[in-house]
Amino acid sequence: MNVLEDAHRTTAPDHARHPTAAIGHRLRQPLSAAAWPAAVAAAALLLPLFTSPYWIQVLTAAAVFSVAALGLSVLYGRVGLISLGQIAMLAVGGWTAERLGQTGALPFWLVLLATGVVTGLIGIVIGLPALRLSGLYLALITLMLAAAVTIVLTNTNFPNGGPGFLGYDPVKSGTVPLARPAVAAGDTAYFRYTVVVCVLMFLLAIAHTRGRPGRAWAAIRQSEHAAVAAGINVTLYKLWAFALACFMTGVAGALLAASAGGLTVYQFPPQESITLLAALLMAGMYHFAGAVVAGLMLKAMPALLDTWGVSGNVLLIVFGVGLVQTLVTSPEGIAGQMSRDLARLGARVGMRRTTS
Amino acid sequence: MIEIRELTVRFGGVTPIQAMDLTLPGGACGLIGPNGAGKTTFFNVLSGFVTPATGRVLAFGDDLLALPGHRRARWGLRRTFQTEQAIEQLSVYDNVAMVHEHTGGHRRDRHRDVLTALDFVGLSVSPTAPVGALGAGERRLVELARAVVGRPRVVLLDEPAAGLPDEETGRIGAVIRRIPAELDAMTVLVDHDMSLVSACCDVTAVLDFGRIVAAGPTQEVLRDEHVVRAYLGTEEVA
Repeated sequence: MNVLEDAHRTTAPDHARHPTAAIGHRLRQPLSAAAWPAAVAAAALLLPLFTSPYWIQVLTAAAVFSVAALGLSVLYGRVGLISLGQIAMLAVGGWTAERLGQTGALPFWLVLLATGVVTGLIGIVIGLPALRLSGLYLALITLMLAAAVTIVLTNTNFPNGGPGFLGYDPVKSGTVPLARPAVAAGDTAYFRYTVVVCVLMFLLAIAHTRGRPGRAWAAIRQSEHAAVAAGINVTLYKLWAFALACFMTGVAGALLAASAGGLTVYQFPPQESITLLAALLMAGMYHFAGAVVAGLMLKAMPALLDTWGVSGNVLLIVFGVGLVQTLVTSPEGIAGQMSRDLARLGARVGMRRTTS
Repeated sequence: MIEIRELTVRFGGVTPIQAMDLTLPGGACGLIGPNGAGKTTFFNVLSGFVTPATGRVLAFGDDLLALPGHRRARWGLRRTFQTEQAIEQLSVYDNVAMVHEHTGGHRRDRHRDVLTALDFVGLSVSPTAPVGALGAGERRLVELARAVVGRPRVVLLDEPAAGLPDEETGRIGAVIRRIPAELDAMTVLVDHDMSLVSACCDVTAVLDFGRIVAAGPTQEVLRDEHVVRAYLGTEEVA
């Protein structure tokens, strides 16, 4: 950490001068970037005191999906690589975790880590076509991979304690969730455990984007030629991004595997990745807080509509309209808009104080 | 010194560079020619973005084409782009530090080297300023600082002053002249601005339709009436 970077952190942002400047500055303002997950975590840890068991399950799922959104945010927001396979990676993470957990040999945290490593390696394989493809073609390839995962999982099912590599016993009916750690056996405790792990994933992403890979990704995102001319190994850093995104999503999938009810293939339709992209664009692709908002939009909003007696399908229409609205009026998304408004509010309060 | 031997580039039926034979002796070298002459393609060959059909490029005795693109930066090859490519999302400091950390610069020296490079190009904005907020001339200087940070050996400048007012062009010209002298790095300047080329470059080569049609001391090449009329138009050469 050098003096200059420290100085940078204390410089007041000049958001009003130039909108792009505001984006650039915020990307390099780690304090606010780290403050977001910290605030969310604090709120989430206190939340169970006020909510019903149903909402605790919903919020656990929201936390998990915010990490899937985070993976997409790193890939698309930072490196410019579009992936429509995030939900499938969540499923792969879930499968891997259940299979590893079934052996009964590993503690829960090690299951999480091992799952992340396995999905990270798969991510590198998925990343290989991304070295040649981008934009629509990459989106198509990843969506097709997601569809392939669904087809495979429909046939193999999630492990339920059966024999062999697949660990599935067709005679047994129903699903078997991954065994939870002893410290988080209850739903409320497990929710807190999930939030802590998810915050760790966010911190991992923030550490990456603030450091050497983040600078390389920013260069690749703007121009691969400029990145190569700067000495950046584009192949390495693209694969790194895929590995990181899939590692985080895999860990999230493992968390989901131990949440109430266990896993079924129907939880991971390939088109859900498109909904995830839409939600993240609305919530804010370029802000990590956007991933949190996207997770809530995907999991908490349907539950909210449900309690109000409105069909969950309405949400797709809301997302469609919201997406158009976002792209037209606030391309930075909800998180971008919010942090801009907060900065403006802060500036105004500061002005009052100096004038009075 | 860069020796180019029998360099040919083909894109389908088009041959933007044809059997190019050229020795760039060192110091500051100019490369001029009309649009589509193959100047940028030549730079792209050196950078590794374009693979030539045939030919060799020896830079200070090293076979440049044998290195993958990103390794060439570590070797000491730097470049700027016709459309300036300062990374918008990063600060001025990070733009330059990024090159330093990927070209073998030591972490211990980074802070000093980056500030030296910013000072060398005469960039007066705060190093913490986001590049997205800078003006066109300042962004050009950021790109130039990226090209000179650490230990550059060959600096390729592709129209480094394109679209800038005369005053800023003059400033950039002054910086370019100092690169060979103070950094001991040879410079290749591609530009349409004849006054910039003649002010910066000791030797100049003229490229047309992928062939070298003239090469030699800059003043002689620019005085060559054949060159002036055929490739640069008939306007007065400053």
